[in-house]
Amino acid sequence: MNNPFNRRDFVKSAGALSLLGASAISGCASIGGAAKPKVVVVGGGFGGATAAKYIAMWSEGKIDVTLVEREAQFVSCPMSNLVLGGSKTLADVSVAYDGLNKYGIKRIRGEATGFDPDKKTLVLADGTALPYDRLVLSPGIDFMLDSLPGLATVDARTNVLAAWKAGPETTALRNQLVAMKDGGVYAIHIPKAPYRCPPGPYERACQVAWYFQQAKPKSKVLILDANEDVVSKKGLFMKAWNGQFKGMIEYRNNQEIEDVDGWTNTLKMTFGGDIQADVLNVLPPMRAGNIASSNGLNNSNKRWCQIDWLTYESTAVKNVHILGDALQIAPAMPKSGHMANQHGKVCAAAIVALLTGDTVNQTPMVANTCYSFIDDKNVVHVASVHRYDAAQKTMVAVAGSGGLSADANALEGVYANSWARNIWADMLT
Amino acid sequence: MNRFSYQIVTGVVAALLAGAASAQAPASATQGRNLAAQCANCHGTNGKSVAEVPSLAGQPAATIVQKMKDYRDGKLPASIMHQLSKGYTDEQVALMADFFSKQAK
Repeated sequence: MNNPFNRRDFVKSAGALSLLGASAISGCASIGGAAKPKVVVVGGGFGGATAAKYIAMWSEGKIDVTLVEREAQFVSCPMSNLVLGGSKTLADVSVAYDGLNKYGIKRIRGEATGFDPDKKTLVLADGTALPYDRLVLSPGIDFMLDSLPGLATVDARTNVLAAWKAGPETTALRNQLVAMKDGGVYAIHIPKAPYRCPPGPYERACQVAWYFQQAKPKSKVLILDANEDVVSKKGLFMKAWNGQFKGMIEYRNNQEIEDVDGWTNTLKMTFGGDIQADVLNVLPPMRAGNIASSNGLNNSNKRWCQIDWLTYESTAVKNVHILGDALQIAPAMPKSGHMANQHGKVCAAAIVALLTGDTVNQTPMVANTCYSFIDDKNVVHVASVHRYDAAQKTMVAVAGSGGLSADANALEGVYANSWARNIWADMLT
Repeated sequence: MNRFSYQIVTGVVAALLAGAASAQAPASATQGRNLAAQCANCHGTNGKSVAEVPSLAGQPAATIVQKMKDYRDGKLPASIMHQLSKGYTDEQVALMADFFSKQAK
């Protein structure tokens, strides 16, 4: 293993030599025999996998890229509500990581627990220390379980599921729905925004209702929303709830909870009373993923991470970049997989520029496209385009851009499936 | 769009590329690539789609520029591109179109 001070000196020299351009740097590196700059990426989701691929692709081998991921394969949160509805399986929304091998990305299966910003090493649960010049964290969200003591134990959370990270919990929730008696109630509790995937809970309600219509027509879907109103795609979802799912889906706003009884499937409502359901699905309040939250990167309300929107570098710790749902979002920017993928590319371009002596793009842009399935075929979208505003130092929506579907339609169902295949390929192959 | 405006558009592309080469070489050379990367989520990495949404790789720049303008102006029916196309300036569209035109089909 190389001495980290050599690497740091190399990066400093690279910065000092930046005026000479990228070719001078790479020549210098090879003459000196110094190691290539190292980027370590934590989290193989929409943000991290994209960043790893694009840093490797755009640097054309000039940067060593390592991706640390705890799971054996990628399971997509977008499209996973269709597994609950029964029109897709978990295998349909899972993708292997092997496709990244051709970019020369080193993959390590493991749990990153912390990092040393002075030594510039990432630390894994098994004690491995990985040196980096730039560390990219795409840690997603973790739950703020302190606010719901009834869900403190793993057993309670196995009974009252969140299923807000696609994988075994998705299958477990599907199994609960299949096992539920006809005439039963499925209730989903939505925390106050911001949370991962604003339209996701409402799409899930539609998917469960679509399943009930076919298999358990006397059953009900109860949406208990802590927010004052439907957070995303309101008109389009309301149309479905008052249309094809009329009498089956009931929506209630301002439904804040004090706690959850994980053994009796009961919500303790803030404004009095209990609500019990046959299948209770609680999305606890969310914050930046553990590695960000437990290492001082959550400098916005101790919940989300603030970054420089030109580079995605943390404003708390130098040389650490953060992507995706863990960020303190810019105005009108959703916590979505699509957005995390776009963060990954802006960050990748910036890191390649920083480590090869190029100029960082001062006018980054990102776009969002988010499809929600009403049933197995008909889909609605929301889209937006965002540009960097130098005066405000944040991303702002481009005036006049973006919008919603006019109505749920099957053509967008085809495009939504196409979107999934292309974005998964954009991250992973 | 008529032939005259088509020539204007190609002129804009040429001017932009010339400007890119002379002024800020490093950043501008990657500007088209960076902008085009926004399209990859639906149209595939470097514009090579693996699904129903059409590829942009290898399409003539003028065709892409024309389509984006027609989406923006409501002349071409769309499910989503009429909304996304309004997010970009003519210069940005020209840079993206130039990038995609140079990608292998």
